Amino acid sequence: MENLHLEGSAKTPSVKFDGNSGVLELKGRSIPENSVEFYKPLNDWIDTYGQTPSNNTTVDIKLEYFNTSSSKCILDMFKKLESINGKGTDVAVNWYFEEDDEDMEEAGEDYQAIIGLPFKMIEVEEI
Amino acid sequence: MNLSRIFNLYRTMEKENILLSFKGMVTGDLLTSVLQIMESKMTYLQETPRMKKKVFNVLVECLQNLYHHIEEEKQNRNLEAKSALFVIVKEDQNFFIRTGNFIDLKSANELKGRLDIINAMNKEELKLHYQEALSSGTLSDKGTAGLGMIDIARKSGNKLEYEFLPINDDFQFFCLNVKID
Repeated sequence: MENLHLEGSAKTPSVKFDGNSGVLELKGRSIPENSVEFYKPLNDWIDTYGQTPSNNTTVDIKLEYFNTSSSKCILDMFKKLESINGKGTDVAVNWYFEEDDEDMEEAGEDYQAIIGLPFKMIEVEEI
Repeated sequence: MNLSRIFNLYRTMEKENILLSFKGMVTGDLLTSVLQIMESKMTYLQETPRMKKKVFNVLVECLQNLYHHIEEEKQNRNLEAKSALFVIVKEDQNFFIRTGNFIDLKSANELKGRLDIINAMNKEELKLHYQEALSSGTLSDKGTAGLGMIDIARKSGNKLEYEFLPINDDFQFFCLNVKID
């Protein structure tokens, strides 16, 4: 299948979804006024990917900021990934956060509490 | 015009420790610019990464609240209903984000109810409240999730100071003061 690559902007993250390797990366900031529009193609891509997924799916979330509008869309994305987990692919989430960024660490814990996917919290100096 | 009013305005803004203020229509482009300006200001002021992130996060939510509120009033013929105010203040080592906007009575009552619930919660309760709202709520067409105020309270770590000022039979003026320390 085709990879999904989007450049980041002042309000949206860069997207690198690779169907062959099964590595899905979101990086940067996600603060659009209306996030539904931005996340729609990402979720559509995951739908297609779920039909012939790679054995392992690694989701790298490397967000510096995200707004509450995005938080809902990110949850929906995790739900989609949860629904394909164990059906031809093992999904794991790497949640990156910068040193001393308790808020981003807690945001990862929020999803961990709601979503039934393995989460690894990874502290880095800079995203 | 008495031009000394310009100087008076300058003095007032200085006395109130205003870093940035705006009154009018809040658009997406305006928000992009304001966020950029605030990021460079905070770098210039050598704020800690923690403070920079908190201010930025709270600012995004406060300004996008105004933005979505004004979008709702787009059809309203009353120009004032589409106008809002925001002020960013640094006093001692604390930041304050202050917003003001007109709001109809019904929405005001609903918002007051939500704010009182949020203000009665401690850190742990807020976390659970947020998780609950996140997992149960649905996104409106505009992409708002009703999570904004909970998020502002969580990230600021302070109570949301607010007041609804009576204007007329239809409208109140909603004032919000968020402290980030």
